[in-house]
Amino acid sequence: MQNRTKPRRSISTYVGFIILLVFSLITLVPFLWMLSTSLKPSLKDVYVFPPQWIPSPLAWSNYLAAWRSVPFGRFMINSAITSLVPVVLQVVNGCLSAYVFSRIEFKGRNFLFMLFLAVLMVPTQVTIIPNYIIMSHLKWLNTYQAMIVPFVATAFGTFMIRQSFLEVPRDLVDAAAIDGASHMDILRHIMIPLSKPVILTFALLNFNWRWNDYFWVNIMTTSESMKTLPVGIISMQSGEGGTNWHYLMAGAIIVIIPVMILFLITQKQFVEGVARSGLKG
Amino acid sequence: MKALSVKKTNDLTTAFFFLLPSLVIFGVFVYYALGYNLYLSTTSWNFLTPNKNFVGLRNYVKLFSSKIFWQVFGNTIYYALGTVSLSLVIGLFLAMLLNMAVPLQGVLRTIFFSPYITTMAAMALLWVWIYEPTYGIVNYALGLLHIEGPRWLTDPHWAMPALILMNVWKNTGYVMVIFLAGLTNIDHCLYEAASIDGANKWMQFWKITLPLLSPTTFFIIITSFLDAFKVFDQVAVMTAGGPANATNNLSFFIYEQAFQNFKAGYAAAAAVIFFLVLFIFTMIQIKLQDKWVHYQ
Repeated sequence: MQNRTKPRRSISTYVGFIILLVFSLITLVPFLWMLSTSLKPSLKDVYVFPPQWIPSPLAWSNYLAAWRSVPFGRFMINSAITSLVPVVLQVVNGCLSAYVFSRIEFKGRNFLFMLFLAVLMVPTQVTIIPNYIIMSHLKWLNTYQAMIVPFVATAFGTFMIRQSFLEVPRDLVDAAAIDGASHMDILRHIMIPLSKPVILTFALLNFNWRWNDYFWVNIMTTSESMKTLPVGIISMQSGEGGTNWHYLMAGAIIVIIPVMILFLITQKQFVEGVARSGLKG
Repeated sequence: MKALSVKKTNDLTTAFFFLLPSLVIFGVFVYYALGYNLYLSTTSWNFLTPNKNFVGLRNYVKLFSSKIFWQVFGNTIYYALGTVSLSLVIGLFLAMLLNMAVPLQGVLRTIFFSPYITTMAAMALLWVWIYEPTYGIVNYALGLLHIEGPRWLTDPHWAMPALILMNVWKNTGYVMVIFLAGLTNIDHCLYEAASIDGANKWMQFWKITLPLLSPTTFFIIITSFLDAFKVFDQVAVMTAGGPANATNNLSFFIYEQAFQNFKAGYAAAAAVIFFLVLFIFTMIQIKLQDKWVHYQ
């Protein structure tokens, strides 16, 4: 976007630009270091001083070795299931509850809305002990249910989608209701289509959170076959002897590549979503 | 009259069925869990015995008289103050620079934001390697400046700053993006009017930018503080609370007591205190909001 008041860039803009370049380099260095390490041919090349940035030869086979050292394929599938299923169900539940809190009036609604909002103040750490016990009573430890069921409802999503539903013109809804549309019709044919960008943004943010979750999965799973990528990569660390940093960094890249790709494709919605959630509180 | 009451019943049925799944989930995994946790905090349970012995407030007394617990408490606040203040200042600085219509604005924004979306557990591993005292790049860079770097994660004084710096790297992009949105919302005419009145850039920053950004700043402070209080992944992966509890925080302490030492009752009491801290903190923030937030 061009700034209309300043048609030409001033010197201070270029100074700012150079400062930004320095900061962006600092931001990128950890990633470059991770990539560099992941391509070192052997542990001898990892432990060198001063550090060597471009390994020779480039050991792409490290990725294969990392992939084989732990059940990465399985972790990947587990991560996909335990991220996608909650996100879809959260979108459904978020839309349903957002509809009630924006369009249906009844006694006690504010109280229920407060109950939803208060959930935002209870991080998983606070309730992890009882939830572990609940899961163990249900015999759900080491199952997908343990990683899905508690995450199918969403306070944040309800709040975010409700804001968007409130912006849908009242007349539009009333007109549909007079024509005999049911609540479900209004939700499906008016509310959701008009709030698509917000719903998509919410789904993206949430997918990211679920995919990256370590705390919950780490406690609810003990068997290797039920771990997700963030928890699985840690089990790669505990090898015998010194740490195989070249394999470990290759593994770390495998873990973040799916979210990185998703971010690069959808970054507009992603960044705007974060910004919007910030502005509206 | 009859049509109206039919509509009313219909409304209520819809509301009931629409909210039911969420209410059941929150009811069990949040509200019942909170109550159950409160109950556990009054027992000496260890996950194994069939009976849960009631011990009253003994767990709380034990916590408050434990030196380690106070250290953990202090660590949690130290970490939060460190990450929030640093990422706030750097994030605002970067946002203001980006807002000057610099070249490559979009690319730079993407770069700054990218650490935020990555998986913390994997990045924690990376940073263990970055902080490696002999071969890691942080000490290498310090060496170029003829500074002998500390042993970072195994040094009780430097382990916490190391975690803070790592988190600043990861979160500043998030802060920056929100500030950027706040900055673009400020009306440009205000600056023009101010410069006609003779206000220099510095004065404009203090008199226009900061006051008008205060709702944004407020939001960032609240969310970042709450996030910083809850930090777990980095601590678990990078230091496991060590060395000598120097990086042990409330989240990790609850986990450690419950799932490594099996003191379910004791850990539950710590969780109750953790919840109260978050609750009080949020309430104070909401009260303070009216005092120093200026709306346009």
